[in-house]
Amino acid sequence: MLFPIFGVLFDGIAYGMLLFVLSVGLSVTLGLMNFVNLAHCAFAMLGGYVTVTLVNEFQWPFLATLPAAFIAAAIVSVALERVLYRRLYRSSDLDQVLLTIGLAFISVAAAAYVFGTTQQPVETPTILRGSVGVLGMDLSKYRLFLIGVALAVTMLLVAGLEYTRFGAQVRAAVDNQRMARGLGIDVDRTFASTFALGCGLAGLGGALAIEIVGLDPNFAFTYLVYVLIIVSVGGLGSIAGSLIAAILIGVSDVAGKYYAPELGAFLIYLVMVVVLMWRPLGLFGRR
Amino acid sequence: MALATATMTPQGYLQAQSRWHPLEIVFWLATLLPFMLFPDYLSLASQIAITALFALSLDIILGYAGLVSLGHAAFFGIGAYTAGLISKFGWGEPLTGLVLAAAAAGLVGFAVSFIIARFRHFTLIMITLGLGLLAFEAANRAHWLTGGSDGLQGISMWPVFGLFKFDLYGYTAYTYSLIVLFIVFLGTRRLINSPFGLALRGIRENWVRMPAIGADSRAHIRKAFTIAAAIAGLAGAVLAQTTENVSLESISFQRSADVLVMLVLGGAGRLYGGLIGAVIFMVARDQFSGIAPQYWYFWIGVLLVTFVMILPNGILGG
Amino acid sequence: MSTPAHDAEDAIAGSAIALATRGLSKSFGSLSVARNIEINLPAGARYALIGPNGAGKTTLINLMTGMLAPNAGQILLGGEDITALGPQERVRRGLARTFQINTLFAGLNALEAVTLAVAERRGVAGRFWRGVGSHSETIDEAYEILSKLRLGDSCYQITRELPYGRQRLLEIALALATRPKVLLLDEPAAGVPQEESGEVFEAVAGLSDNLTLLFIEHDMHVVFRFASHIIVLVSGAIFTEGPPAKIAADPGVREVYLGKRKHG
Repeated sequence: MLFPIFGVLFDGIAYGMLLFVLSVGLSVTLGLMNFVNLAHCAFAMLGGYVTVTLVNEFQWPFLATLPAAFIAAAIVSVALERVLYRRLYRSSDLDQVLLTIGLAFISVAAAAYVFGTTQQPVETPTILRGSVGVLGMDLSKYRLFLIGVALAVTMLLVAGLEYTRFGAQVRAAVDNQRMARGLGIDVDRTFASTFALGCGLAGLGGALAIEIVGLDPNFAFTYLVYVLIIVSVGGLGSIAGSLIAAILIGVSDVAGKYYAPELGAFLIYLVMVVVLMWRPLGLFGRR
Repeated sequence: MALATATMTPQGYLQAQSRWHPLEIVFWLATLLPFMLFPDYLSLASQIAITALFALSLDIILGYAGLVSLGHAAFFGIGAYTAGLISKFGWGEPLTGLVLAAAAAGLVGFAVSFIIARFRHFTLIMITLGLGLLAFEAANRAHWLTGGSDGLQGISMWPVFGLFKFDLYGYTAYTYSLIVLFIVFLGTRRLINSPFGLALRGIRENWVRMPAIGADSRAHIRKAFTIAAAIAGLAGAVLAQTTENVSLESISFQRSADVLVMLVLGGAGRLYGGLIGAVIFMVARDQFSGIAPQYWYFWIGVLLVTFVMILPNGILGG
Repeated sequence: MSTPAHDAEDAIAGSAIALATRGLSKSFGSLSVARNIEINLPAGARYALIGPNGAGKTTLINLMTGMLAPNAGQILLGGEDITALGPQERVRRGLARTFQINTLFAGLNALEAVTLAVAERRGVAGRFWRGVGSHSETIDEAYEILSKLRLGDSCYQITRELPYGRQRLLEIALALATRPKVLLLDEPAAGVPQEESGEVFEAVAGLSDNLTLLFIEHDMHVVFRFASHIIVLVSGAIFTEGPPAKIAADPGVREVYLGKRKHG
């Protein structure tokens, strides 16, 4: 009964929240380590396939696979960080771009080999199916769940940064690496842990994304562009920035498809270029 | 790099750097081989020459100045579409078409260079990516001009010098592409060995030191970027003319990414790196055209990871 | 702030002030790294800038050279206000510096690096048609600078393969290639092993008397050997300044350096 715009807004916000969970990890690691990790969405894809395997092969309940997706992505990231990423912290941007794109290519091929190229369906639990009537609108339960998860993640991240010792170490290392080391903070461990956290969140996002956008081997690249746009517009290292940028992108994407399909992605790219020219470090970027 | 001998003066040493190495002569003689050994593959050879020219243009800004651009295909596409449209609207003379297309791409490159010169690192990567994607979207949406996803139809080139027609056998196409490549290569070789080339390497080697020696890095970058854009446009124009067709692929991210891989393959900042990389990449892709794309990219991925981890000074320092 | 002794010195010198700062201040949020700094470098002088770690010495050089923008104050080069000028503009007007940590063109050899610097100064670095090898005057000048610093025989070696002491000399060569009137040296022998540091100081000693020098240094022997005037910087502000004898006798200076009497 209410105008379709509210439906569009709701879908857009939900989509934005999903993009936020996918992006926030990259924003934090880029801001902290200045490392361009273009394999970020490959970790998301990994999380998605972990969920698919656990649900379809091992009959796990969907919700239980979410922590598993997070942990699997985090573990793989720790291994890769030790073996590969660590050596390139002081390398040029080009080296980092090429290494991580290479890893992404490899992951796409591996996924295609193991799972095939078609989309993988996953059965959502009954409590999350269907919709709920709110203020005369039919709001998808899954999307409400998404928004809830994203908000929970945000609160945990913000609280973690503010109130835990680990968070304090991260903030110190972001502000001034040399001084942090001088104070005895193991900056390398902090990097590795933050990186694992960021990739874990990507894995979680990948698992959550299956229901909304589907999962196929191209996921690693299809959503990479959106994630990069959110991170660069929102600002490297800013959780609030990523959230705002993600919602903006999510809403414009859904609204664009609904109201102005001819514009396509043009508007989003234009917004990114203009924002970056005005604020090279993103809207809320530090440094 | 030529080694210094006991009797060499500093000036002599620097002059020796730009002397032609015998292997270079071998390389260029080898480019004539397809005429004799692979006459059925002349259109592939033509594609390779075009791509090599495109890779050379990217090497100027990436290999020498050290600027990462993920959107260089935008200029290739602008050159291609411009050359195609000039012909479509009645003027099919190839050489003037080339000049006009390169000028168009160079002009856009000049305008964009003011933006590019102001940014570095991740911001620059994202801006070049964004601008490249914007160019693609613009070409995609402007059906009325570019033909959109159907490609630009109706291109018909007049014979070169009124004598040499572009035909299906590819002799004219390959000769044309090769000559353009060689001439531009000669110019680029001079540029690299000039003080300006040294300045670009200075920018790549140490950004911070440049202003400290009184250098205006931004002006250097704008100049290099404009030249690179014009050359990329030239390559695109040759493609449009020799194939009498322009598709969205010429302005796509895939083309930007592939040329980057070619530079890595052959060695960035080494003048011949883009050329060699283009040959290897295109020949390999032709040979493996049967396999599914994701597996092709699997090997590209392995290659990239290996090169980055193995080279001691990174892609730009080795 | 000028003291009577300061004014007297100026009057005696009677010469032009090559580099001056007036009320130069810089802070990052609540952290003040430069406070109301007032410096006067007479032409041809040899001034040393000393102070404990973190006092803001390199920051001051960054402010003077334009790598950092001040919150307040002015910088005057030969009487001209250069505060609004960018770093390369200041270099063009004769203000050069060396870096505490080698900031060199790792992949170029010494000859190429200095040739580039000379080419920039002569305005030919933008030429892209004639080869570098044909710019004989530029190359000759570059080689002359390298020879004076005893780098002539290793000038064909790639910079990253040069021994550290040679690299420090190349730091100075690059700065000299800009034909500066004022040269700011940031710990010229920092990190150089004992056996090689003599070369660096010989090079500094051999610099032209027309060149005005301000150098940051921790080693007091070096300071007393080369400087005619010492400025002591503590926590971003000038603590005291004066001729070496006065500084050596100053108990306050000794206190500030308590536990750091040998170079840090």
